Amino acid sequence: MNLLGKLSWSAIPIHEPIDMIASGLMIFAVIAILIWITARGHWPYLWNEWLTSVDHKRIGVMYCVLALVMLLRGFTDALMMRSQQAFAAGGSHGYLPPEHYDQVFSAHGTIMIFFMAMPFVIGLMNFAVPLQLGIRDVAFPTLNSVSLWLTASGVLLTNMSLVVGEFARTGWLAYPPLSELRFSPGVGVDYYLWALQISGAGSLMTGINFTTTILKMRAPGMGYMRMPVFCWTSLAANLLIVAAFPVLTATFAMLLLDRYLGFHFFTAEGQGNQMMYVNLIWVWGHPEVYILVLPAFGIFSEVIATFSGKPLFGYRSMVAATMAICILSFIVWLHHFFTMGAGANVNGFFGVMTMIIAVPTGVKIYNWLFTMYGGRVRFTAPILWSLGFMVTFVIGGMTGVLLAVPPADFQLHNSLFLIAHFHNVIIGGVFFGAVAGYMYWFPKAFGFTLDERWGKAAFWCWFIGFYLAFMPLYALGLMGMTRRMERYDVPQWQPWLIVAAIGAVVILAGIICLIVQLVVSIRTREERRDLTGDPWNGRTLEWSTPSPPPPWNFPTLPRVTAKDAFWVMKNARQGVQPRAYEPIEMPANTATGFITAFFAVVTGFALIWHIWWMAGVGLIGAFVTILVFAWREENELEVAAAEVARVDRSYRAGPA
Amino acid sequence: MPAGRKHTVRATAGGALLVAPTLLLGGCAQGVLDPRGPIAAAQRTLLFNSLGIMLAIVVPTMLATLAVAFWYRASNPRGRYLPDWEYSGRIEMIVWSIPAMTVLLVGGIGWISAHELDPGRPLESPARPLAVQVVALDWKWLFIYPEQQIASVNQLTIPAAIPINFQLTSSSVMNSFFVPQLGSQIYTMSGMVTRLALQADAPGTLVGRSAQFSGDGFSDMHFLVNALPPDQFASWADGIRGKGPALDRQAYEELARPSQAVTPFTYGSVAPDLFAKIATLAIPPGGSRPSPNTTP
Amino acid sequence: MHGETAMLPDTEAGPASRRIIVGYGFWIFLLSDIVMFSAIFATYAVLSRATAGGPGGPELFNQVSVAIETGSLLLSSYACGLMSLAIGAERQAPTYLAAAFTFALGALFLGLELREFAGMIARGATPQRSAFLSAFFTLVGCHGAHVTAGLLWLIIMMAQVATKGFSPIVCRRLLCFSLFWHALDIIWVGIFTVVYLIGIRG
Repeated sequence: MNLLGKLSWSAIPIHEPIDMIASGLMIFAVIAILIWITARGHWPYLWNEWLTSVDHKRIGVMYCVLALVMLLRGFTDALMMRSQQAFAAGGSHGYLPPEHYDQVFSAHGTIMIFFMAMPFVIGLMNFAVPLQLGIRDVAFPTLNSVSLWLTASGVLLTNMSLVVGEFARTGWLAYPPLSELRFSPGVGVDYYLWALQISGAGSLMTGINFTTTILKMRAPGMGYMRMPVFCWTSLAANLLIVAAFPVLTATFAMLLLDRYLGFHFFTAEGQGNQMMYVNLIWVWGHPEVYILVLPAFGIFSEVIATFSGKPLFGYRSMVAATMAICILSFIVWLHHFFTMGAGANVNGFFGVMTMIIAVPTGVKIYNWLFTMYGGRVRFTAPILWSLGFMVTFVIGGMTGVLLAVPPADFQLHNSLFLIAHFHNVIIGGVFFGAVAGYMYWFPKAFGFTLDERWGKAAFWCWFIGFYLAFMPLYALGLMGMTRRMERYDVPQWQPWLIVAAIGAVVILAGIICLIVQLVVSIRTREERRDLTGDPWNGRTLEWSTPSPPPPWNFPTLPRVTAKDAFWVMKNARQGVQPRAYEPIEMPANTATGFITAFFAVVTGFALIWHIWWMAGVGLIGAFVTILVFAWREENELEVAAAEVARVDRSYRAGPA
Repeated sequence: MPAGRKHTVRATAGGALLVAPTLLLGGCAQGVLDPRGPIAAAQRTLLFNSLGIMLAIVVPTMLATLAVAFWYRASNPRGRYLPDWEYSGRIEMIVWSIPAMTVLLVGGIGWISAHELDPGRPLESPARPLAVQVVALDWKWLFIYPEQQIASVNQLTIPAAIPINFQLTSSSVMNSFFVPQLGSQIYTMSGMVTRLALQADAPGTLVGRSAQFSGDGFSDMHFLVNALPPDQFASWADGIRGKGPALDRQAYEELARPSQAVTPFTYGSVAPDLFAKIATLAIPPGGSRPSPNTTP
Repeated sequence: MHGETAMLPDTEAGPASRRIIVGYGFWIFLLSDIVMFSAIFATYAVLSRATAGGPGGPELFNQVSVAIETGSLLLSSYACGLMSLAIGAERQAPTYLAAAFTFALGALFLGLELREFAGMIARGATPQRSAFLSAFFTLVGCHGAHVTAGLLWLIIMMAQVATKGFSPIVCRRLLCFSLFWHALDIIWVGIFTVVYLIGIRG
């Protein structure tokens, strides 16, 4: 028996220079950071304050850091695709052979959805929701930590595929039969499947955590209709996670059984049914995009209301629209494969349902518009991102409705028109929203605001870059160009692809602006200290805490009497000075999440390479870690009343 | 330039960037907007109509967004500040109605057209349709003419002005048969048969490709479509029959092995029921793929 | 202050108690697990006729064995209910006794199921034989894997009772266990109906 399964030295891609350079850079960066941390003696701080933290604020920040780092990796893939397609016209083969190009686009989609967009949105929900609800933490803080680190495990496994082995070459959803062992005999699809099973488990835990938190833990007086809209959209998104991610788990499990044990769920042999996979994966896949965009909608609601100095227009209908989108998102999935031949009635039904879901989305756009109407709109960076969203997203929504007409989709399915549509809504909607949220809540998390000029520069680069990069793709789709082509023989397509590549470079400038903004902001942070905790004249409860808040968030839970609770308190000049301070019990930090994730990586890697003994070790290790946690004596730490008082009094003494 | 005006300029530019290419594509090569058959023509009309309806809503919304943001900017003293205004029943009704009515209209169009343009629905034509059987292979296309008893690879020759009834399958992974200028694409999947009806209005050369990613040779998986006058088509078919290789089971299994960028060629005869055997997996799926990084 | 909260509706009374939060969260987890089973059920339904020329339900399913399995799982749930009563009364000996019955009946279920699987495999009805068999083994096997995990969990929980007594946290975990155990019953009813009852009719 081979102790190392399928693993051998040939798994390292020494014959592929691009792979080697990328792997080398990545390993170098990781080692450099580790050395820096060690040299500066930061390990105890990092371990005690961050890696073992169960504080939702810290976990939220770590999710966002993960997302922004993976943005770089996913965007590099995008640059590679754009440059390859700009060159590979006529007889030219570009610089990426198909085996490599196929991995690049598969990795791009997988990383951007699962390891950039999801962590970004989940990170912002983690940070803000408990603060907005007026409570101390989520329902299950340790589980929250496990979720974070399992997501990081998926990230690690995906990045390891660059160094050892290969990634999937099937596209980001890995349709069978192409993803079956027969047509993808390498380890690529296994890396994909295990990374996503592991991080998917983490996401499901997040869904359970936040659903329970929002439904069962709100400050006294905060009935449902007094919750901030961001909490409503987070509730809807987490309900979707709970209802959709198990389908992904089941589907990937079935594909894994096909690949590892020779089952016949989706193979042609044995009467397997490949159409079943397509159905199941999109039953998950469509709710997934609403999981991403609903929190972004919530962020826009908060940002636009705050910077207009007015309450959100039409709170009730925003809530109704949100929950309508939540439910409707489960009955539109077939629009992702109108061309599979389901027949006119089925196609027609799903087409109509898809269009119906555009109604609540349209309502939200108008409600944001009327929020600004009669307001005093301050053109801060978050508002720019919001306006950019409103203008851009409606174009994407429009092309979505076009694609929802089945015969139109027959012509445009899998073309660059489709690519342009979903990037339109994901970048214009999810990404712009996540960045607006990042800039909006940054001062609360770190105690100083971000530099406005670089934030606006980043916006303009992203906005212009987005249009340059994706409008040509609409045209190319209409010209008949299909997605995922490594080279093509129609010279008329090339000028458009060159413009698109230029757009990608402009977006790169936008990313650089975001990085520069962060560096500059940290360097000059004293000039932009947030001393009041309320830099934006906010309306919701997170702005009633110091920046950054203490671990327990509030000395006593606020009494809520209306929506926009903090605004009401400010106008009533309600002091909210507690009569007496009481000790607070906070959940204890624990290494459980980090260590469980470590064993998850070991298990995943072992399963990918068929190293069965190592898989056993990993599973037992994870199990033992959980047992150790189960026998933990000290689950909570008490914060003395004097400490609570001290922090609160110094915040109230404040700058003024 | 005040910030608000910049937005209007940029947005108009953005809007123009979307509309202009659509206009420029009027006679553009081989695309969806240059139909050569009744299905593609109907689909283009559908696209334009739906786009027109949507733009009528979307463009005013975009402009209104920017106008409102600009007018109510904090530095404009003329913008009336209504700090507590957050509800209006009338506005709510309009706000729900506009998208609802638009969706009702486009939804109705969608439902009706989904039936009229269902891929397998036979075309209305006095002419007798031609049957063509399509097999997607790694990474080329096989076209079998059951009535003419010939076959061709990577080149689809059809008579113009006559409906073609396609039956499609795949020998291995999922592909999608797509000739944009004729109309609808349809998935090809192993172990089953999908159906598609198309027609070329006039003689000419068109391009088709696969629209569902199927592996390393996917980019080369395009084919020529030659529409000939019907009598020329008949003599083309007669000229091929009996000449060149025979497509029997062995030749098919040979063909099914992975290969890319295959130059078009023809088979002079086809084994009976070959397509049925392929589609029901009586002949097992075509070859597997080597991976560069697997250890033996 | 406290009088005021007593008059507020539940939704405005502030965060719920820990026991409610834990139970609620675990219940949401169970709902997600049921969704996962639904996906596998749906796949089974689609593939139930895909026997690829091999054996199907009528040839393979043993009604007697299935009836005994059903009975033992339901009785196991009953024993679990008795265990919950004993936990509520904080009485150790009845707790261990009821747990032992819960375990034994669950293990009986599992043993019969494994015997059924072994028999099918010996006759060549392996999951690799056809899509139908892949779906059958996965659906029924997934439930069986959950039962196995539950039995393991039960042992751990008894160890917790032995070492930590009936502390609040142990009681909350036992609440979760019994929710889990009863939910597995619900799923078994589904499997029993969809796979065995409908499947035997062919």
